[in-house]
Amino acid sequence: MSWLEHTVFIATVLTLAHPLGTYLARVCERRRTFLDPLLQPVESALYRLFGVNADQEMSAVTYACCFLSFGAGCAVLLFLLLVMQHVLPGGPADAYLTTPMTMALAANTAVSFTTTTTWQAYAGENTLRYLSQVIGLVAQNFLAGAAGLAVGFAFIRGIARQSSATIGNFWVDLVRSLLWVLLPLGFIGSLALIWQGVPLGLSPYTLAHTLEGRTQVIAQGPVAALEFIKNLGTNGGGFFNANGAHPYANPTPLTNFIGMLAICALPAALMITLGQLTQRLRAGWLLLSAMVVLFVGGLAVCEHAERTLPPQLAELHLVGGNMEGKEVRFGIGESTLTTVVTSNSSTGSYNAQHDSYRPLGVLVALTFLLLGEVVFGGLGTGVYSMVMMALVAAFLGALMIGRTPEYLGKKVTAAETRWIALYVLTTPMVVLVLTAIAVLTQAGRAAVSLNSGPRSFTEILFAYASCMANNGLALSGLDANNVFYNTTTVVAMLAGRYGLAVLALVTAGLFAGQRRVASSGALPVDTPTFALLLLGTILLAAAVSFLPALAMGPVAELLQR
Amino acid sequence: MRPAVLSVLVLSVMTGGVFPLLLFAIGVVMFPYQTGGSLTVLRGAVIGSRLIGQDFTGPEWFQPRPSAAGNGYDGTASGGTNLAPSNPKLTEGASDFVGIRALAAEYRRRNGLSADTPIPIDAVTRSGSGLDPDISPSNAFLQVARVAKVRKLEEVAVRRLVAEHVVQPQLGFLGEPRVPVLELNLALVRLPQQAAVASQAVR
Repeated sequence: MSWLEHTVFIATVLTLAHPLGTYLARVCERRRTFLDPLLQPVESALYRLFGVNADQEMSAVTYACCFLSFGAGCAVLLFLLLVMQHVLPGGPADAYLTTPMTMALAANTAVSFTTTTTWQAYAGENTLRYLSQVIGLVAQNFLAGAAGLAVGFAFIRGIARQSSATIGNFWVDLVRSLLWVLLPLGFIGSLALIWQGVPLGLSPYTLAHTLEGRTQVIAQGPVAALEFIKNLGTNGGGFFNANGAHPYANPTPLTNFIGMLAICALPAALMITLGQLTQRLRAGWLLLSAMVVLFVGGLAVCEHAERTLPPQLAELHLVGGNMEGKEVRFGIGESTLTTVVTSNSSTGSYNAQHDSYRPLGVLVALTFLLLGEVVFGGLGTGVYSMVMMALVAAFLGALMIGRTPEYLGKKVTAAETRWIALYVLTTPMVVLVLTAIAVLTQAGRAAVSLNSGPRSFTEILFAYASCMANNGLALSGLDANNVFYNTTTVVAMLAGRYGLAVLALVTAGLFAGQRRVASSGALPVDTPTFALLLLGTILLAAAVSFLPALAMGPVAELLQR
Repeated sequence: MRPAVLSVLVLSVMTGGVFPLLLFAIGVVMFPYQTGGSLTVLRGAVIGSRLIGQDFTGPEWFQPRPSAAGNGYDGTASGGTNLAPSNPKLTEGASDFVGIRALAAEYRRRNGLSADTPIPIDAVTRSGSGLDPDISPSNAFLQVARVAKVRKLEEVAVRRLVAEHVVQPQLGFLGEPRVPVLELNLALVRLPQQAAVASQAVR
């Protein structure tokens, strides 16, 4: 039945894209919405409290500085909370908190959750207090998600506006993203999860006496407060070690479907917001359809890989696909859907253990991480991930026909091209250099002893690709809680979040200063031809950078037998 | 500076304090069973959670999948094996780990199946959480003969019980058919009582 579920999923995302995109455009442009009577008093009270003049706009550089300072503030607050968590009251009992909250782990977690990466080098149920999870992590799931959406709004404005020195006010975008989007949707979604069985309590771990006369201790906690917003804010880090595979975090196929929808719906809708505000709606739909093509392609390959019994088990007379690390309630279909959704959207909320995937299944997830989250992408950040690639495609297309490159009515001149090129080069530089360092050092290699050969290399490459994409998915055979990985992954997370966002904002600032040109016979960007060019550009850019690395990892493993 | 410091503090309180409290207040009133962890109670004692898998080793019980959570179904240590299919340890095992080959042989031996009887894959693989509460219907049906024999029940009755406990895909298309093991075993405990009650009613 998985083809039906996959089709319904994509159809739902596309159906929601227009209404949600229109709503997001209203939030972005501070136009009237039905929630205004309820939220405007809160909004203005917050501005007064912060000392923010909501009508005072910012240049791209000022906007980026505010974004950076907010992220830094959040990281410091979360770090302090984590290192002092032993003084917090409430569960779970100390006996269960077996992983020490070291400085390196606290710093890693603080950066991880404030960059929407939510890479987790710890297991929630034996590391964190309930209150650390709520006051610390739930808050950051909201705030980092909202900050990302704010940057997305600013980026869209930069392309949409003409002769403007400013691209919006970060504090206004942040507050409006929270009040108008994440808090109301987060509340409804969290209630839906509770209805389906996600617990929300502060009681100690439950001691059960089983029918067979033994005991089982069951970890509890305020799980539902985290599990929906982790997806909606495209963060992904779960309450428990097993994340979305844990039956408390993701009890039914419906909760999984809702979670995947929460991840994709807003980033997909932002393509329509972009199209509306730049008055190039067709170009917005075109970007969305290019995403769907990549999505469907990856899903088909991953589904095929995992439906097939691994050859190592061929002689054992087993029936079914590769169920190692997968849950019965999700089966192969919902596991692969989740793999493709999460690896694409900077949301590492997996529901199956990817290290037990077949090499081809891993290759799909890894490729999507390395493409730079262009398919839907992170909340807000996905807009510029895709548009930056579209700018490269427009540039290449223009070279072919010998015209000045244009995109969405803006000329791509030498000034913008410099920043775009830097943007495109950042991901391969960071990922490949860090992977090389890990492979060359004893500390880097010592962490991948569970599996061996090409899979060990893949685990390392996957870790940095995931952190650079602010994704947080992991091949968990990698033992990540040590000083080496706690520090090096931070570098990738910071580069992926702030490095790329600043480059995108600066580019948007340059576009904002331009007048919109009437189409001058340049390459049209809302035709199937451009979609093909865009897809080719995305795949080729990744292939040029990463093919050798992929060949040493999943491809080598694939060819092993 | 002022907006940065104040926004971090105030918005953290809003999203990490007010939001969870409000959700808790409404959630506990609307869904008290779910917020408490969907605990299953038998004669006043908690025997587990409907959602969390637990181990059953005796031949009189339907048995869950193998588990990699702690030493097996440890509710405080969720997780999978993280072994790649290409890793020989997964198939052949190691001193501290039972491989899939041995798991399959053991499953056949316990349920009296011949060496070439096809076994559903979920019966010999560990789930992602190590706390999978479900098994596939075909896995459950393969265990019927053993359970009926040990419990001295009619095979037809046990088979019917399994069939009644098959959970179909949600809304008809979400997920896979499955059998929750704890609920099935709980029904098994109640089965003789029901039979007794029924025979009394006839008398």
